[in-house]
Amino acid sequence: MISSMNSSSFDYLLIEKMIPHKASVLDLGCGDGSLLALLQREKKIREQGIEIDKTQVYACVEKGLNVFLGDLDSGLEDYTDATFDFVIMHHSVQELRNPGRVLNEAFRVGKKVIVSFPNFAHINNRFQIFFKGRTPQSKSLPYPWYDSPNLHFLSINDFQDYCKARKIKILQQYNLKQNKLIRVLPNLLAESVIFLLEPEGA
Amino acid sequence: MQLQKKISNLGIVEPRIFSFGNNRDTDSLMLENGEVLFPVEIAYETYGTLNQDRSNAILITHAFSGDAHAAGYHTGDSKPGWWDNMIGPGKAFDTEKYFIICSNVLGGCMGSTGPASINPATGKRYGLTFPQMTIGDMVNAQARLIEYLGIEKLLSVAGGSMGGMQVLQWMAAYPNRIHSAIPIATTSRHSPQQIAFNEVGRQAIMADPSWDNGDYYEHEPPARGLSVARMVGHITYMSDISMGDKFGRRRNKTGNAETKFTPVFEVEGYLKYRGDSFVHRFDPNSYLYITKAMDLFDLAGEKMLPEILRGIEVKVLVLSYKSDWLYPTYQSQELVRACKIAGVETTYVEVDSTYGHDAFLLETDRQSVLISHFLATVTSDLLEEDE
Repeated sequence: MISSMNSSSFDYLLIEKMIPHKASVLDLGCGDGSLLALLQREKKIREQGIEIDKTQVYACVEKGLNVFLGDLDSGLEDYTDATFDFVIMHHSVQELRNPGRVLNEAFRVGKKVIVSFPNFAHINNRFQIFFKGRTPQSKSLPYPWYDSPNLHFLSINDFQDYCKARKIKILQQYNLKQNKLIRVLPNLLAESVIFLLEPEGA
Repeated sequence: MQLQKKISNLGIVEPRIFSFGNNRDTDSLMLENGEVLFPVEIAYETYGTLNQDRSNAILITHAFSGDAHAAGYHTGDSKPGWWDNMIGPGKAFDTEKYFIICSNVLGGCMGSTGPASINPATGKRYGLTFPQMTIGDMVNAQARLIEYLGIEKLLSVAGGSMGGMQVLQWMAAYPNRIHSAIPIATTSRHSPQQIAFNEVGRQAIMADPSWDNGDYYEHEPPARGLSVARMVGHITYMSDISMGDKFGRRRNKTGNAETKFTPVFEVEGYLKYRGDSFVHRFDPNSYLYITKAMDLFDLAGEKMLPEILRGIEVKVLVLSYKSDWLYPTYQSQELVRACKIAGVETTYVEVDSTYGHDAFLLETDRQSVLISHFLATVTSDLLEEDE
């Protein structure tokens, strides 16, 4: 079953499992809204998306989603603490100008936070840097250096360090290589990762 | 996704009048300033069919110089209503699905009671004895019309500019009587710049000797003043780019100049034409009263905007236009911000356009796609609620 899915819908399935019925969900960088639409269909969530790309915002409206055109670096300050049950940052953290500030805000407005990103320390990437001396390009990092939305490159270990330093609880962690879960040496073998997180003191 | 339905026109539509307030004690319209207005006539039109459970009604609220004639043709007219590109079979406000209502605002001069109406107490036109009505009064009169039509709860209320102010007023005053709201290119209160432009228009009218303290109905109206006011208005509705595209520095084709300052550029001729043609359809006193109502509008007043909106169960679509410098995007963003803080379900899009404030009347492709999908979502939410 799972093998017939593309990696994106496998991601979505794992995220969907984390979210209970009727939860309120804020998706930061919601793209065309396909994840929110899935969650709305399957879990009847109360959704809000924020997206900077107009074409993508139109696609969200076509899917019947609540969405703001806006940028994430300043879009959260209006929300009071713990407004949402979940804040999702699905493959958006590496594209932010100031990910530290947005993460702080996400942990403030969300009771739980889901963060996913491509793992820069994957073996293929290491190989390309070490032996070829070039910026890695791979399935999870498909862009050339001069035309990439990615502003930051981080690894699974980097993010775990970040959580440890801020006493953020990692409730669940899925290490992925396409449609497969990686259980050993994730920082070396996983192409991407999904974390379910809870802020300190929650 | 494109609108897949075939798009056509409404054909001939009929204006109607709703009157109330014939009995001062039981039925009159209490205005926000405490004055009582009676009787009241409200001109309106409807398009499409009200469904069995009366759940598909949408109120369209018009902008400053608009009227109840939003779509279709009046007998003998060559031009359709002011939002005909948005309302009709297969259009954004699809008359095959929805029952559309549009009424002329209180204080207007297109069939609703306003300063040019006869005051039954004196048998003369109100002129400046007409009470200064507000956006809130306009909406209260609309609510009476909706009640009269037998509609408990509107599927949506939608409008741009001053129409958007009425939409916001509906959200604040009658949140339980609307499922959704579409405020377009609007604001919860005018900025000093917006007030300033309105004041220039008012001063132009009042500086015309024919204005005669608003008591001009027995002689020539202050046509020059009104025309100048309209010219200023039109400048604020356009953008630098749209004027450049439309006129450039092209000159009028007419040969001999009558005086040194006969308009030579097309833009001058256009403004003069728009000003002069406005004189034939608009009452100068209505201009004063309505622009004043817009300037006085302040949705939150002493309170904070989110307080006004907190707890309302209305789904909102806020639209602004990139080149609109009269109702700039930041004003829509303030509304969106208040909705966020208040926890109101909101979608916000700034639409690309070079048309300036007029975009909500002209840039209708994008707007249509957004509105038709938004209304479809509101409708299906409603069906789910019923199940």
